[in-house]
Amino acid sequence: MLRPMPRMPSRLNRTEMSLRDKIWQINWSLIAVLTAIAGVGFATLYSAAQGSLEPWALKQIVRFAVGIGVMITVALIDLRFWMRNAYILYAIAMVLLIAVEVKGTIGMGAQRWISLGFIQLQPSEIMKIALILSLARYFHGASWQEVGRPLFLIVPLLMVFAPALLVLKQPDLGTALMLVMSSGALFFMAGVRVWKFVVVIGATLAALPVAWQFLREYQKKRVLTFLNPETDPLGAGYHITQSKIALGSGGMFGKGYMMGTQSRLNFLPEKQTDFIFTMFAEEWGMMGGLVLLGLYALLLAFGYAIAMRCRNQFGRLVAHGVTTIFFLYFFINTAMVMGMLPVVGVPLPLISYGGTAMLSLLFGWGLVMSAYIHRDVPISRRGISDE
Amino acid sequence: MHNDTDRSKMFSRRAMFLGGAKATLIGALAARMYYLQVMEADKYAMLAEDNRISIRLLAPPRGLILDRNGVAMAVNQHNYRVMVVAERSPSLDYTLDGLARIITIGDGERSRIHKEVRRRRSFVPVIVRENLTWEEVARIEVNASDLPGVVIDVGQSRHYPLESLGAHILGYVSAVSESDLTDDPLEELPGFRIGKGGVERIYDMALRGRHGTSSVEVNAVGRVIRELERREGEPGIDLNLTLDVRLQEYAAQRLGDESAAVVVMDIHTGAVLVLASTPSFDPNSFNRGLTVEEWKELSTDSRSPLSNKAIAGQFAPGSTFKMLTALAALEGRDITPEMRVFCPGHMQLGSIKFHCWKKEGHGAQDLISGIKNSCDVYFYEIARRTGFEKIAEMARRFGLGVPTGIDLPNEKSGLMPDKAWKRKALKQPWYPGETLVNAIGQGYVTATPLQLATMTARIANGGYAVVPHVARDPIVDKVVRPRGAPDWPGVGVSRQSLALIRKGMFGVSNEPGGTAYKARITQEGMWLSGKTGTAQVRRITMRERETGVKKNDQLPWKERDHALFVAYAPDHNPRYSIAVVVEHGGGGSAVAAPIARDIMIEVQKRDLARVAGNAGSGEPPPPSDLRRF
Repeated sequence: MLRPMPRMPSRLNRTEMSLRDKIWQINWSLIAVLTAIAGVGFATLYSAAQGSLEPWALKQIVRFAVGIGVMITVALIDLRFWMRNAYILYAIAMVLLIAVEVKGTIGMGAQRWISLGFIQLQPSEIMKIALILSLARYFHGASWQEVGRPLFLIVPLLMVFAPALLVLKQPDLGTALMLVMSSGALFFMAGVRVWKFVVVIGATLAALPVAWQFLREYQKKRVLTFLNPETDPLGAGYHITQSKIALGSGGMFGKGYMMGTQSRLNFLPEKQTDFIFTMFAEEWGMMGGLVLLGLYALLLAFGYAIAMRCRNQFGRLVAHGVTTIFFLYFFINTAMVMGMLPVVGVPLPLISYGGTAMLSLLFGWGLVMSAYIHRDVPISRRGISDE
Repeated sequence: MHNDTDRSKMFSRRAMFLGGAKATLIGALAARMYYLQVMEADKYAMLAEDNRISIRLLAPPRGLILDRNGVAMAVNQHNYRVMVVAERSPSLDYTLDGLARIITIGDGERSRIHKEVRRRRSFVPVIVRENLTWEEVARIEVNASDLPGVVIDVGQSRHYPLESLGAHILGYVSAVSESDLTDDPLEELPGFRIGKGGVERIYDMALRGRHGTSSVEVNAVGRVIRELERREGEPGIDLNLTLDVRLQEYAAQRLGDESAAVVVMDIHTGAVLVLASTPSFDPNSFNRGLTVEEWKELSTDSRSPLSNKAIAGQFAPGSTFKMLTALAALEGRDITPEMRVFCPGHMQLGSIKFHCWKKEGHGAQDLISGIKNSCDVYFYEIARRTGFEKIAEMARRFGLGVPTGIDLPNEKSGLMPDKAWKRKALKQPWYPGETLVNAIGQGYVTATPLQLATMTARIANGGYAVVPHVARDPIVDKVVRPRGAPDWPGVGVSRQSLALIRKGMFGVSNEPGGTAYKARITQEGMWLSGKTGTAQVRRITMRERETGVKKNDQLPWKERDHALFVAYAPDHNPRYSIAVVVEHGGGGSAVAAPIARDIMIEVQKRDLARVAGNAGSGEPPPPSDLRRF
């Protein structure tokens, strides 16, 4: 079945592209925005270490460089390759998740890492990408009618909840919620009927009191403290109170680079990881914060443009899924440090110090870029070219 | 049927919806940022100001002081104390009134606290009382809410388990006074004690250790919220002394109630084994704080318990000085050992008659018998031939007239007079008669017991300028330097001359008729060679000589002679030297020599026991669990 392809330039045959063609298609402005955001991270890590590349900034720069390399490699690989191997990647991520459950390194009270010797692997990060790929592949092959059938949704729901429950058990509430929410967005984009969402959200709200029983003590405390931080300003509410003080005292224009007193005097906990936004906003003020939000919004816009521009469902879903995950990262993190959400361990994407998150995010953006490069490649239901 | 185009349209619609939702959320973030950083900025800026970090000093434990066998001489004890932080109390008097209901606070105490609070910065705690009982601590803790600014703290206090034994060497610790301030931040700590006197003072910096810090976060009212960072300091270095506590104890007992001093040292290494000065004091009382009566008693006692007579008592050496006169004459070739001097009991010089201690005279004396009998006339004669300049020069080579350089504070140099000194100090020329008087250790000449022990050591070790020390390993710049093999410079006296002197000293103690023959050591292998000395402290008038010189027990204590004795042992292969000075004790041979004999027997017994016990394996290591108590 041949269809008109109005947007396709006639000089290119997008079905089979040469490597040279692909390189020409790399979206450099996307990379520039990513680099700008990461650059904010380097500068803030440099400041967090009292004006030193050690111990954070330099490592982060190296990781970013490696990550960009990975991203471009991923982008140049045929999108159909990723589609074909989506389930395999998902299986690997599942095995790793179970492995940390069985024999993981205990870090910060939660089993999140697995040590491969040279790198501390965080399987939940891999799962975020693998889950998007698998769901995208699953829904790519589905017709409108199929998506409408409730039974058809059982398999993808299992794909979501199996890893989500494992991550929740680590315990990592933040990542579990992110898995569920990003998948929800993907279900929505795939065309699942709106009334089903209404039912699920309603049921979830009804089930909240039950779920409350299963939360860990410290998680309950965080939620309670979030609801009323003044009750315990020196205990569980400490982080939020200090974060708000640091951020608020930054004012409109900030205290100046390397002059954030609160972060510098160690009032701010985890200033190089989860609370890095606070430190940035203390030193650069609301203006700096808005610029950073603007950069993130720009990145989201890129993601959306690529998703909408894509001519195959798989690419659309992948681009949208990665964008959503990215949004969730920075929204949860910034909302948390500003006291709008309870404290959950979610880093600020591309800025917080940490290796796996950086790599998995850039891997994700590599997939988005791949969707962009292969935007006009039609993919059949089984993952083979239509022509 | 929906085809792919429819799917794409649906996707776009839904993407718009979700994108819109996300844009709204980002807007919410921006709004929140505006709320916190613009609308509430002033409030948070104020809160940020209230967040303060306070750095507190951590006192390291003071280094222990151990004797050569690891016996603890100075240790640390727990000390509960109650302090008040002025800036946290609305009214100092209100807080003190509250405290006074639990522990007694006298008016004097109260004014001292007020004074200290004014002197220090307001966040520095000031001690109200130390050495609290557990019950008092508990009662204060229970009432803490009514006592703003009150802090209970457990510190360490110095304790000297041997009490007065070795007190002069150890010194004591006490509060820092204004003049002691250096830039060591430890001195700002309430209740911090620094070494005053003795090795506590000389090695104070090393014993102190280095301070640690604890950064604590305090809120606006000064309450500590949490500790942010803790850097442990370095504990003070443990100090091992050369002293042997058991010998020290024996010596102190042997001296009894006398005002006296004993020094025993190793003639080769300079290690001081005994350095006793009686009467002594209990250094613990200084740490506790002396009462006015105690202080009066200590400072006005005529036998001066606070002074370390072994290094700061300056006595006329009397006849113990004669070896130096003899050495000066021998080395100057002004006499030969065989030359004889006839002693009729006195010597006439110009119009003045100089008496020998033996009224009926010694008859003909050569060098050896002159020393053995301590014949004054023999030494008058050789001094007359040599002149005092040479004698003074020789005496300085053996350590008289200059501080020995021992690692103890407040060492006195004694006095070695000569013409230049007399012209400068007294604006008078040197008279020939003064040569005779000073040559037998009377007149202007004074020396400390430590100097006499050092002089004897240099005679006994073959003429090496050994320097005494009390720290087994000296500490330089807070680093313990193991004492290497001592390589003392020579004093520049021939071995033959020294051998002759030692022969004379052997006679004193071991030949019938020698002045200390009665106080000889009879145990084989432990024999000592020595020299007696009796130093007059009053002038004997002509009339008294005619009517008969008064015996010491007829005189008031203050006018009695000083009894001195110097010796080394064993005589054939010397290892130790000793100097005994008994202030106003009477005769050297009757009083000082027996003390020296008994101590030297004890020293050599310990030596044999040590050699037999651990054949050359060195000193046993000090017990490691002493630091806390």
